[in-house]
Amino acid sequence: MDKLVIGGVELKSRLLIGTGKFSSKKIIPDVIKSCETQVVTMALRRVDLKAKEENLLEYIPKDIILLPNTSGARNAEEAVRIARLARAMGCGNWIKIEVISDNKYLLPDNQETIKATEILAKEGFVVLPYMSPDLMAAKRLVEAGAAAVMPLGAPIGTNRGIKTKELVQILIDEIDLPIIVDAGIGRPSEAAEAMEMGAEAVLVNTAIATANDPVNMAKAFSFAVKAGRIAYLSKLGPTKQYAQASSPLTGFLNEGEL
Amino acid sequence: MSFYNCYEKFKNFDYDSFFEKVTESDILRILNKNKIDQYEFLALLSPVAENFLEEMAQRANILSLQHFGKAILLFTPMYLANHCINQCAYCGYNINNNIKRKKLTLEEIEKEAIAIASTGLRHILILTGESPKDTPLSYIIEAVKILKKYFDSIGIELYPMTEDEYKKIIEAGVDSLTIYQEVYDEEIYDRVHISGPKKDYHFRLDTPERGCMAKMRNVNIGALLGLNEWRREAFLTGLHADYLQNKYPDVAISISPPRIRPHAGCFEDVYPVTDKNLVQYMLALRIFLPYLGITISTRESAGLRDNLIPLGVTKMSAGVSTEVGGHSTDDKGEGQFEISDIRSVEEVKEAILSKGYQPIFKDWMHI
Repeated sequence: MDKLVIGGVELKSRLLIGTGKFSSKKIIPDVIKSCETQVVTMALRRVDLKAKEENLLEYIPKDIILLPNTSGARNAEEAVRIARLARAMGCGNWIKIEVISDNKYLLPDNQETIKATEILAKEGFVVLPYMSPDLMAAKRLVEAGAAAVMPLGAPIGTNRGIKTKELVQILIDEIDLPIIVDAGIGRPSEAAEAMEMGAEAVLVNTAIATANDPVNMAKAFSFAVKAGRIAYLSKLGPTKQYAQASSPLTGFLNEGEL
Repeated sequence: MSFYNCYEKFKNFDYDSFFEKVTESDILRILNKNKIDQYEFLALLSPVAENFLEEMAQRANILSLQHFGKAILLFTPMYLANHCINQCAYCGYNINNNIKRKKLTLEEIEKEAIAIASTGLRHILILTGESPKDTPLSYIIEAVKILKKYFDSIGIELYPMTEDEYKKIIEAGVDSLTIYQEVYDEEIYDRVHISGPKKDYHFRLDTPERGCMAKMRNVNIGALLGLNEWRREAFLTGLHADYLQNKYPDVAISISPPRIRPHAGCFEDVYPVTDKNLVQYMLALRIFLPYLGITISTRESAGLRDNLIPLGVTKMSAGVSTEVGGHSTDDKGEGQFEISDIRSVEEVKEAILSKGYQPIFKDWMHI
């Protein structure tokens, strides 16, 4: 399969996963292995370097790219502070910007996200901003130096699928950076749908973490993402309003006068 | 506008005749809705809804998993002092109670912090009684400076302060405010708060809002269950949380449903609140406010706490002592109330894991 390039790094896997919401941290290495993901996000605020057993980083293999997120940030300034802390703590220079000042639906604040992206991109971070799908905001994120754009498919944690489909499609069509659908994907078929639409990757957490069998669910997502990508590259046939018979009844009209 | 305006709307509300009109089909209809309103929330608190606790639990479980996952944040309270100038009928710290009073020195605070931090806990909640002479703001700020060295998140459960005082306390490193109204019913409030500054109903009612205005990250509210008919207090607590969440979307709002526990002094005038009632309250809240945090303390028994986990709990206390200096000194000040779940942090952690949930020790950092 073709490779995804983010921040100059080639990735074989187009499935990014989150580490929140699992019933135990101990299951995370198996989940990572079963879906072969290469990028794993985690809330920096949950990283505890002091406690070995409770330190999430201990459960993420060393060859995985860490994508710390700024969850908890209410504005650009706080997101920037968290990002700098992440780098200082040895989590690398990839950062997922999450600026949420709405605790009711947990919807991102695009304006503050753009500000944080601009500051952090200048400081050499590979910035992946989580956003509400909006074309103008996405264009500004490109200008601000984002490495990819991560629109939500539905409010985080809802498992409702790609409810923002029309808007995400516009981003896929118009934005030159990789579009990674983040939040809302509840089942593998929806991950495949995002990939068929032309998304470069998807990020899944709740749907895997809260499944009865997270390890196998992760594998299912991995297959779905691959299937969706192959389908996209193979160019789907056009959809039609009416059935088209293989032996048409009016074909004789095209054959000239009898 | 204050939450008092919302409270006033329901001050003379006829709860009994509302509950009489709620039918079983109303409950089923409400449980199939995506978002429910105030009156539908109240219907879920009705006696009729008791017949649908399993259905409510299924719904609450799904919402909780979606929004919070299989994770429970652990914290513990640290009692700094038990001096109090209030005379509250239901509280062990009552000024008239002849209990051993104590205030931790800064050295003792550090010792206590080291003892608690050694259990792995990273979130702490500091408490005092209300006594500006013994525990002024300056003392609290000194305490916070010490605690910052050992903990990633510091909450306060102190006497009500002004917005400016909260700003100073946030500046020092506090991120969470817990302040209970105790009882929303104004008349009962006046009756049980016999004397002292706590008698000011309005100042207390607006305290969580002052915390929000000062930009606290988390604000935790609640009614002390048992001081009034629980369905009414549960309803008003939910409305208060909804009011704050709508007005201050950048603050994470949570509630605690504490039930009155035995304490020094005696208070007999307690309304019953059964385990079943407590469960109904939690479920109705989760369905009404899916993103609301719910905190369960060690006032509840180990067995009940474990069973409540999948119903929407997001935060639990563990390894608790309500005594001043209870973790590190022999010379302890008397506790506020008797706890029920006496397990250690390690035991609570294992219990959460065995329920298929992940105990979280750290969910914040000073930034």
